[in-house]
Amino acid sequence: MSYIGILLTYVFIQNFILVQFMGLCPFIGVSKNTESAVGMGAAVTFVTAIASVVCWAVYEFLLAPFGLEYLRTIAFILVIAALVQLVEMVIRKMSPGLYKALGIYLPLITTNCAVLGIAIINIDNGYNLLESFTAGLAAGLGFTMAIILMSCIREKLDMTPVRRVFRGVPIAFISAGLMALAFMMFDKSLIANLGLV
Amino acid sequence: MAIVIAFLIVGGLGLILGIGLAVADKKLHVEKDEKLIELEEAMPGANCGGCGYAGCQAYAEAVFKGEAAPGLCSPGGNALAEKMGQILGVKVEAKEKMVAFVFCRGNRDTTKTEFVYSGIQDCNAASLLQGGPSACKEGCLHLGSCISVCPAGAISKTEDGNIVVDKEKCIGCGKCTTVCPNNVIKMVPYSAEYIVACNNHQNGAQVRKACQVGCIGCRICQVKVEGSPFKVENFLSVNDYSVPQDKAAEAAGLCPQKCIIRRS
Repeated sequence: MSYIGILLTYVFIQNFILVQFMGLCPFIGVSKNTESAVGMGAAVTFVTAIASVVCWAVYEFLLAPFGLEYLRTIAFILVIAALVQLVEMVIRKMSPGLYKALGIYLPLITTNCAVLGIAIINIDNGYNLLESFTAGLAAGLGFTMAIILMSCIREKLDMTPVRRVFRGVPIAFISAGLMALAFMMFDKSLIANLGLV
Repeated sequence: MAIVIAFLIVGGLGLILGIGLAVADKKLHVEKDEKLIELEEAMPGANCGGCGYAGCQAYAEAVFKGEAAPGLCSPGGNALAEKMGQILGVKVEAKEKMVAFVFCRGNRDTTKTEFVYSGIQDCNAASLLQGGPSACKEGCLHLGSCISVCPAGAISKTEDGNIVVDKEKCIGCGKCTTVCPNNVIKMVPYSAEYIVACNNHQNGAQVRKACQVGCIGCRICQVKVEGSPFKVENFLSVNDYSVPQDKAAEAAGLCPQKCIIRRS
């Protein structure tokens, strides 16, 4: 698959949130306003892109040569956790406001299954280094797109009269479900027709 | 042997990452003043923006830098102002808590409507269309934009269709006062008992045509009772809360429109 094909696949066709339903926790938790959604998207994109590369390297050079493929989950989590810690420190230093807005969801990127998901998908699909990086970047971009769309919807929802029982998270989940339906229109045939397979 | 290799590799990986993080932590360390941390912890954390700053943290920082006065936080009230004063070592004057109040008691039974509005159920949208369907152009539109913005859930609609604010739940952030297109919601002291529940500045005849419970500016509440806190300006009576309130009950009883209401 070409790089553009991989990019399109993980941004649209296999969008981590709206098609694979991974990483819903920050998707709902940090989508209250666009500013923190952009910050969260950038943080996740950074982590998925770097984690894809590092996890690929760890798998290829440390685990596979010694026949330790069965340890990949724990090794990947280790790498991801360390990366997230690093991102957290950088954000705390660079932008205290964003750090406060992201709150608990920043360390929770560690357990965001989208990050572990893309690392494992890379290995399962047998991607090389650059393909892994592209897939990781695309997964993060797909996440960012979904969370920004969601935050725009939720900002509008805040100003509309919503029934009390549906206000807040319930209406957000309903909106997310409708967005997921809309994303079903992106199909594998899209990249097949474009000749990017 | 395999288990030793597995142990070494995963352990080594952890060790390297750990050392890397320790170095990064030293390099990226953020110094914070203890007073600022204390201030941030004292904040209610509602992030309502009522103080005029982006959120609780932004306000705490502004107070810490001396750019803002302590005591602007309505949800925190006097207790917080005092606490902030203690942390910073300054005296803070006590202020009464302000809560929102809807200055209108008109509803579909008492106020005439000019047309049927069936557009977006939002006051600001309705207000764009000839000032809204109600014959009173300064009163409540009853579409509840304030209900949607209230972070505390203190505003509700009664069975009669009136919008009311629960003063116990109100945190005084003032968001409803800015969203209301007619400025019907204003802040009153928490203890305020008698309030002129009308916002119409038109003259008596015009108010009577539109609404049965509007203030007609007859000045009875101001003139007939000596020492009355009510004052009529622009055909609308307003209670001045800085004046002693002991005559307010008597003046309220004289109101021919019964629009001076007692808030329990």
